[in-house]
Amino acid sequence: MTATKTNDDLALLHKASAFLWSEADMLDAKDYDAWLGLWMPGGRYTMPIGDSEDFDNALNLCHDDDKMRRDRIARFQQGFSISSAPPAETVRTLSRFVIKAVDGDEVTVHSAEHLIEDKFGRQRVWAANVRHMLVATGDGFRIRNKVVRLLNSDGMLNSFSYLF
Amino acid sequence: MLKKEKDMSLAMPRFRDLDALYSPDAKVATPMYEDADLFKEEMERIFRRTWVWVAHDSELPDKGSFKLSNVGLEPVIVVRDRKGVVHVLVNRCRHRAATVCEVKKGKTSSFQCPYHGWGYGLDGSLRALPYPEQYGDDFSKDSHGLLRLRTESYAGMIFATFNEEIEPLADFLGPVRKWIDLFMKQGGGFPIKVLGEHQFTVPMNWKIQLENTTDAYHFPVVHKSFMQSLDGDTEEIFNFLETGKGYVEDLGNGHSVMVMIPELVDLDQNLDEPIPERFLELAQELREEGYPEDQVRKIVRAVGGAGFNLNLFPNVSFSLAFFRVLTPVNVERTDIRHIAIGMDGGPAAANRMRLRLHEHFQGPMGFGSPDDAEVWERVQRGTKGGEALSVLVNRGMVDEQQGPDGPLGHISAETGMRAAYAMWKRMMSA
Repeated sequence: MTATKTNDDLALLHKASAFLWSEADMLDAKDYDAWLGLWMPGGRYTMPIGDSEDFDNALNLCHDDDKMRRDRIARFQQGFSISSAPPAETVRTLSRFVIKAVDGDEVTVHSAEHLIEDKFGRQRVWAANVRHMLVATGDGFRIRNKVVRLLNSDGMLNSFSYLF
Repeated sequence: MLKKEKDMSLAMPRFRDLDALYSPDAKVATPMYEDADLFKEEMERIFRRTWVWVAHDSELPDKGSFKLSNVGLEPVIVVRDRKGVVHVLVNRCRHRAATVCEVKKGKTSSFQCPYHGWGYGLDGSLRALPYPEQYGDDFSKDSHGLLRLRTESYAGMIFATFNEEIEPLADFLGPVRKWIDLFMKQGGGFPIKVLGEHQFTVPMNWKIQLENTTDAYHFPVVHKSFMQSLDGDTEEIFNFLETGKGYVEDLGNGHSVMVMIPELVDLDQNLDEPIPERFLELAQELREEGYPEDQVRKIVRAVGGAGFNLNLFPNVSFSLAFFRVLTPVNVERTDIRHIAIGMDGGPAAANRMRLRLHEHFQGPMGFGSPDDAEVWERVQRGTKGGEALSVLVNRGMVDEQQGPDGPLGHISAETGMRAAYAMWKRMMSA
């Protein structure tokens, strides 16, 4: 590995990290319209159960295509869902960014997510391994697929009024 | 003073009078949701004495298949032995009480205690222990097997009980059996198979969930945001409170049924009707896979589930297209499982559709369950105020009729809750 290559790798890591932090900031701020704009059409937002990879043929916590993502956001925003009106507040950090693969304009990034939610003055802590498949575009990235594997995804959870 | 408080139990006057807890005019007293001593009595008098659902047959596909479950507060292992017989065993070593299994589901040939190595067969019998001679010659392995519960099943639904005296499961279910048979038709000609489950815990008393499965009254309010995410035709179907063709019926022994969509009660009927638009794509896919037209129609009609909810006392219900299971944890906490089901050996495309429909409403990220969980928690929070007030489950008593199997009320009547509380009272006074 040459020094130049290393610099390129670090630049990509930095650029991808900045993108994921900005996504995390949108999700904590519940700026969902902006978040929808980050996506490539046809991508899936998936929260699997256990270690399944065949998401289409398995039960997931969610496995949203374009329409489901929009319906989900509409549900959050319209004010008729008691669990999301008001929703829990969240503060999250993403870290442990690793570029797992680069294939043409596609970049696969793994990260660790820690999220704390607060509702009714009761705080809950969640942790997840996250896999983003990003597509490099002129001005940055778009999300092609995102897989969030919660710890204990096949155990007892609570209801979520927000996105990971 | 301390001692007196500690002795508070059913023996104390306020629990001796069960009418004060659930009155003849269908009002539930606040302590029913928050009294820890009453909860202990319920676990003893109800969950240890009746049939409790533990598993579906398809979760134990092979010899040696097992899953962990609960009967009330007690952790159990449900396991299929080498002869195919299903056993329900308390998950506790007979030596020093360690659990013998902490794997949620899987396949094994035996259970071995991790502490001192006592080994048990799939039927719970004690097979071997290290250095047995230190127990003397009269030690009997036969009397040191894992505690085994009485186990019976109906239509693949496996129930267990600590009560050796209780009536057979079939009698306990009574008229519920015909509804279970109807529910299982959503296999579309294939056996029903568990496809996965959503699990969430809610800070509420278990009876708040028990009240919910045959409560149509809440649906258009709590699930408005779900309704809004449906296409027009489907929204019309879920608008059962407005159309008012359904009903709720008390089926005895605490069980009840709520018919929401009468035309979807028997999925083998009306197969000639036009296929709803939302299933057209699936129908075409099945035709292209080579399924004959009559089978396509049967599968497509079954894929959305049945048109009713069936609530069994005390811990399982059959809700449109899934099983709902409640497990009491403590007086103010209950674990809920929403089990997705599909067609065993059926077309993958149909099962995929069922999975997506399940994810749409159910579970921690569903468009429905989080709102249910929120209002259930709000009930628990609300009971902290106005201790002297009661919870009303008297809706629809005004025009309740006698149905084929019991009292029958308006679709929005609280007939199912009254069925459950009548059984609650019967068991708590026995």
